[in-house]
Amino acid sequence: MLNLRRNLLLRAERFRDFGLLVFIIVLSLVIQVRNPTFLTLSNINTLLVNASILSILAVGMMMVLIIRGIDLSIGSTIALSGMVSALTVSLYPTIHPVLSILEGVLVGAVVGTIIGLLVSKFNVLPIIATMGMMNIVRGLTFLVSGGKWISAYQMSVPFKKIATGSILGINTLIFIAVVIYIIFYYFINHTRTGRQIYAVGSNPEAAKVSGIPKTRIIWMVYIFMGALAGLAGVLWVSRFASAQGDTAVGYEMGVIAACVLGGISLAGGSGKISGLILGVILFGILNNALPLINVSPFWQQGIQGAVILAAIIINVLVKRSNERMALRHRVV
Amino acid sequence: MDNYILELRGVSKTFPGVRALDNVRFDLRPGEIHSIMGENGAGKSTFIKIITGVYIPDEGEMLFNGKPVTIQGTNDSQKLGIAAIYQHVTSYPDLSVTENIFIGHEIISKRTKRLLWNQMHAKAKDLLEQLGASFDPKIRMGTLSVAQQQIVEIAKALSVHAKVIIMDEPTAALSNRESEELYRITKKLRDDGVAVIFISHRMEDFERLADRVTVLRDAQYIGTWDKEEMDHDRLVMAMVGREITQMFPKREVTIKKEIFRVEGLGRHGVFKDISFTLHQGEILALTGLVGAGRTEVCESIYGITPFDEGSLWLNGKHITIGHPHEALAKGIGYLPEDRLGQGLILDWELYKNVTLPVLDKFSQNGVLDTHSERERTKEIIELLAVKATSVFDKAATLSGGNQQKLIVAKLLTADLKVIILDEPTKGVDVGAKTAIFNIMGDLAQRGYGIIMVSSEMVEVLGVSDRTVVMKEGRIAAIFETAKTTQEQILRAALGTSEEGLDA
Repeated sequence: MLNLRRNLLLRAERFRDFGLLVFIIVLSLVIQVRNPTFLTLSNINTLLVNASILSILAVGMMMVLIIRGIDLSIGSTIALSGMVSALTVSLYPTIHPVLSILEGVLVGAVVGTIIGLLVSKFNVLPIIATMGMMNIVRGLTFLVSGGKWISAYQMSVPFKKIATGSILGINTLIFIAVVIYIIFYYFINHTRTGRQIYAVGSNPEAAKVSGIPKTRIIWMVYIFMGALAGLAGVLWVSRFASAQGDTAVGYEMGVIAACVLGGISLAGGSGKISGLILGVILFGILNNALPLINVSPFWQQGIQGAVILAAIIINVLVKRSNERMALRHRVV
Repeated sequence: MDNYILELRGVSKTFPGVRALDNVRFDLRPGEIHSIMGENGAGKSTFIKIITGVYIPDEGEMLFNGKPVTIQGTNDSQKLGIAAIYQHVTSYPDLSVTENIFIGHEIISKRTKRLLWNQMHAKAKDLLEQLGASFDPKIRMGTLSVAQQQIVEIAKALSVHAKVIIMDEPTAALSNRESEELYRITKKLRDDGVAVIFISHRMEDFERLADRVTVLRDAQYIGTWDKEEMDHDRLVMAMVGREITQMFPKREVTIKKEIFRVEGLGRHGVFKDISFTLHQGEILALTGLVGAGRTEVCESIYGITPFDEGSLWLNGKHITIGHPHEALAKGIGYLPEDRLGQGLILDWELYKNVTLPVLDKFSQNGVLDTHSERERTKEIIELLAVKATSVFDKAATLSGGNQQKLIVAKLLTADLKVIILDEPTKGVDVGAKTAIFNIMGDLAQRGYGIIMVSSEMVEVLGVSDRTVVMKEGRIAAIFETAKTTQEQILRAALGTSEEGLDA
């Protein structure tokens, strides 16, 4: 008789998330001992606010990585969408913040559409397509702004409130990030399209033979990524009350790093929202806590790099032992 | 006369569940072209791989120049002077011809350890000229035609002074004119005293080249003959040899109206003029030698690689298919031959694999109903007796035969009218074979039209209603299976008969 319930033994991969959680707790305790302000409510709030923009981007990047892609252009997309929405606000100060957000999302979605077209229809390698777009979009940002900054005094109060206000007592940025996570958790785990995204990443050939419109799926994922980057752009500019040509240069690497920490494989096909949340939090802690415990800024980057490498190695080891376990359970 | 350069005595090789070679003997004289013939799966590939050291035999002995040798790997065979040239050339397309010839045995200055390119280029040019080829050894391998690349491979064999050269289906990818060139070179090698083992399906190769022929059948040695002793009919008899016993009882199904028709299908350079009909309840076998284009035809019908000309008709209506999801939507399903590559997502749970082609049926407004996915999977894999502990098992944890059943399960969840099965029993044991044929019988009874690609004569004759035989990208013959014999099919596949086309 076959089971319809999940066997506990086959949950081995969950141990990875569990291990990461334990690591985060231990790390937090160690930091707490060194600096008791770490686990205060206000510091946790700061940490989460700082991590929220990155975490929104990480959701999009997770899907891109699942379909065996990568997106290097998101830093530029943040800058362009932020610049466009800030310019609009400076010209029409009465515009509703929700419209500003939609504007940014639209700008990002257009960039994503172009990337998706290049990757899915013209078979340009994702790293090349997005590297090209990274430069084009960055250039566009300077073009539309004429090289000038949009500063706080040019932005309306409601616009700046997007990032600093709160909904139900929670900072808006955190609130938006949580909503995004809930939506995409549901989307990727419980919808047909979500399943197809994993299928395309796990085995593109089998997905094609199973009748999955691979081109459409890949295209869609890049549009989602672009739209999320566009959203992040508006939030970024609102939060820092400044839109610049060189906003978020190199930010994509932090996003990819958070995904890797969260157990998302660059080889595609695997990655879960639960792991991603832990990865983002760990990345946030590394950013937030290392200065708190007086680690020299010269060391901080090196430590971050070492943690990322360690996470990848652990990933490989866990995967290997899972495969071995799977074979042991083969029914002959 | 009996100074053999290579001799095999009582060589056997067993793989899990398969006797790939059974007590085979073979002898090879210097300066002869020795043809090896046999059906698909007769053991020819295993035989070569034992000589070249890819496989190590379980039993038997090998003698080289009369002395017993053990070949434990390809290095050992190379040291003895055995070289192999394959149909699909195993070269480095981005390196130059010279580099390809001398890879692994470069000419190096003794003193400075520097590569002596000028010497190598000169030597390469020399070797190519010996073989009558005039291209520049400095050009990239990838820019050459298959025939030219084979000449480079032969030059490589000569550069290490190979005494035995094995050619595995070398003419399969060549045009007639190129084959002529290869015949000429092969004969020249023989006249220079090299022993050539020539493996080919083509009768013409045998007639034009061979001095002697050894026939294998069902992993066993059948005999060795001088060319003068053999003609077409005797050779085919030797290759077929046995009467087929009904191993898989055919289900009696009344065949109803036409359901699917292929007219003049063609894909440039791959296949041409493929036309056949399929009826409800019918099992149509598509057979031929490996490389005849059977899988390619099926992939085109299913939309994996679209065809260039011709048309498809389903229930009398003209249909177009540009992608597998269109084929599935119209009721045409396909079980790929490469089941690990195309059939399953190995690190996915069974239920996710089974429902993948038909997620529409298990979702409402795009939201998946996992419960019914699991229920349905449970039903269907119990029906097919897939051995698994739960629907959450990863596909990778199943054995080969059970994976095959799982792919069949994928097809059963869809609403199909036409099912294409490409080598459905490849690599599965007899029990699983019988189970798969029973399922096919059930499906035929329920009015499906089934196209089965198979290389196994036993299956073709035992299971199908009609048999389409392909040869080199075209249909060679269509037979009523009940009225045909294995010999007739093999003749058509080898291209030595014109009969049966009227069926």
